[in-house]
Amino acid sequence: MTRPLSDDDLRAMMTHMIGARVSSQRAFNLQRQGRAGTNAPIDGSEAIVVGAARALDPTADWVLPQYREPVALQRFGPEVLESYVRYILGDPDGGHIPEPVRVWPPQISLATQVPHAVGMAWGMKRTGETGCALVFLGDGSTSEGDFYEAANFAGVLRAPVIFVVVNNGWAISTPVASQTAAKNFAAKSHAFGFPGTTVDGTDILAVYEVVSEARERAVSGAGPTLIEAVTYRLAPHTTADDPTRYMPDDELVAARGRDPLTRFQKELSGRGLWSDDDTTRAEADADAVMEAAIQAAEADRANPIELFDHVHAIRTTRLERQRREWIDHYGEDPR
Amino acid sequence: MSHVEEIPDDASQEMNMLEAINHTLHQEMRRDERVMVLGEDVGHNGGVFRATDGLHTEFGGDRVVDTPLAEAVIVGTSVGLAAAGQIPVAEIQFLGFAYQAMHQIAGQAARLRFRTRGRFQARITIRSPFGGGVRTPELHSDSILSQFANVPGLKIVAPSSASDAKGMLATAIRDPDPVLFLEPLRGYRMIKDEVPLGEHLVELGKARTVSDGSDVVIIAWSYMVDVAMRAATELANEGISARIVDLRSIVPLDTEAIAQAVEDCGRVVVVQEAPETNGFASEVIATINDTSFYSLEAPVERVSGWDAPYPTGQLEDFYVPDVGRVVAAVRRVVETP
Ligand SMILES: Cc1ncc(C[n+]2csc(CCOP(=O)(O)OP(=O)(O)O)c2C)c(N)n1
Ligand SMILES: [Mg+2]
Repeated sequence: MTRPLSDDDLRAMMTHMIGARVSSQRAFNLQRQGRAGTNAPIDGSEAIVVGAARALDPTADWVLPQYREPVALQRFGPEVLESYVRYILGDPDGGHIPEPVRVWPPQISLATQVPHAVGMAWGMKRTGETGCALVFLGDGSTSEGDFYEAANFAGVLRAPVIFVVVNNGWAISTPVASQTAAKNFAAKSHAFGFPGTTVDGTDILAVYEVVSEARERAVSGAGPTLIEAVTYRLAPHTTADDPTRYMPDDELVAARGRDPLTRFQKELSGRGLWSDDDTTRAEADADAVMEAAIQAAEADRANPIELFDHVHAIRTTRLERQRREWIDHYGEDPR
Repeated sequence: MSHVEEIPDDASQEMNMLEAINHTLHQEMRRDERVMVLGEDVGHNGGVFRATDGLHTEFGGDRVVDTPLAEAVIVGTSVGLAAAGQIPVAEIQFLGFAYQAMHQIAGQAARLRFRTRGRFQARITIRSPFGGGVRTPELHSDSILSQFANVPGLKIVAPSSASDAKGMLATAIRDPDPVLFLEPLRGYRMIKDEVPLGEHLVELGKARTVSDGSDVVIIAWSYMVDVAMRAATELANEGISARIVDLRSIVPLDTEAIAQAVEDCGRVVVVQEAPETNGFASEVIATINDTSFYSLEAPVERVSGWDAPYPTGQLEDFYVPDVGRVVAAVRRVVETP
């Protein structure tokens, strides 16, 4: 049922995890240098995103991320990272991931992407496409009505959708214990009428396994699955956060000892598939890819007049009038 | 039950907007033990901007509550808490996430008194930062105030000084109706002024003349008052005397103050961060039409955001009204023969 992973798959997964960590840290530093806006590091969730992506078919399935995941979706194409870099640089094109990449842009308004995923899955079911939609959401986001409403409806529809709850222990400063009294997030699936499972989100192979099974269910018409992937947030919530105010030091130190990257590196080394040199090379390659994406985005900043584009399919006469006023005031290209 | 501090009547201290809000929350919570603070990250973390810093330590987790991440339930339970005799001060982390609570704010809190014919009242203050210019991610900067101004039953205030923030927040908390208390994100640390340390209440529904002038009146609220003030300085160098009226309160609206300023100056510019179409400036101009049409010496101008969603960082300085656009609008209005 689950597609066996080749050595190349395994090495690619390791490479993508390292790439995600490197890109995310570069993004963080870019904000510190005043070159990028607020952004949210992925540290701790790499195995969940890379493992899930490996279980999907990028030509058939859709991914709807929250905001940490784009750096780890290399499997869906380099465009995801390129757009993400523009996104954190405040370029409107950061929201445009080009065809045919089946990934939505980051979502800031928490849990709003969950109903969208159900709608896409429903649409695919109607057109007879064999694919599914996978949506990521945080532990905190599960408290929003959008999650419950969407998951409930997905159950009714038997929609081909996979809900991946990334339980990293925190929603900014709010611990999981303040989000829910349930034993775990997977348990919530019982109320929706479809299966749920909790997986160790630091174990990429386990994640791959459960997402593969969920995909099989989805595309065979058996309906949705809720997956809770448990990890720990190894970095501040965002560039704007100071976790020392609320995060117990011992918890963080313990979690660093369960770093998903180290874990998989050990696993692959043990199988003779990975060496320290590979790590060095993967880091350097990822850095170069990120550097190129940053250079490209910085060299091609948006003309502010683009704020009048894509408001409607055809600009209204009123907006056209405002655009002329704007040009009178700022000129055609005030970059 | 209440604990009133002994503070000399005339004592004051310079504070920024955040400090004033924090200080007021402390005072109101000490004054009345029914006052509660609830929202996302308001407790241990003291709020993502530190507006509620220290409250959890002083008043404990029963009164300062880190809620689950769900805006609808923050406001919805506030309605119930209010009906049960508590006085909730709810925080929506950014006004753009009030959309998630719209049915509870507009559909429930605002009309609880009306639909129960006074049996219940939603004595709730909803605090939320809004407005742009600080490179936030999507939806953190949207100026959606006018969407709430179309909801009967709500009060809406948007102070532009630290002192007003104190006076209006304290008044809002003591007001029997639901009050949306809007805080200028860009001004949180930038806006600084003397704040009275003792009891300081500012009546809701009273505008404030920020600076006097006779050629034109610029009407603004929240952070746009700051922009208007900088525009007025520039205009003064050109010999144009601009009066600035800070509405402070959107609902109730100080119609008399607006009429008086229009009568005195004859020329008007209204500045708002919201998109032009159906922004609150439209209501201000319609009010002028009702009260003071014959005092006008030129058509009223408005300076607004554009009719586009609030854009990403690289574009936002060309979206939010700036000093240059206000100055240009004032010149046009003043030059009208
Ligand atoms: C509707 C909404 N409310 C509040 C926020 C502010 N906010 C941004 S991230 C966040 C915490 C999210 O926690 P979680 O869902 O667990 O995701 P994580 O950041 O841990 O990945 C909050 C409260 C928001 N972006 N959207
Ligand atoms: Mg989380």
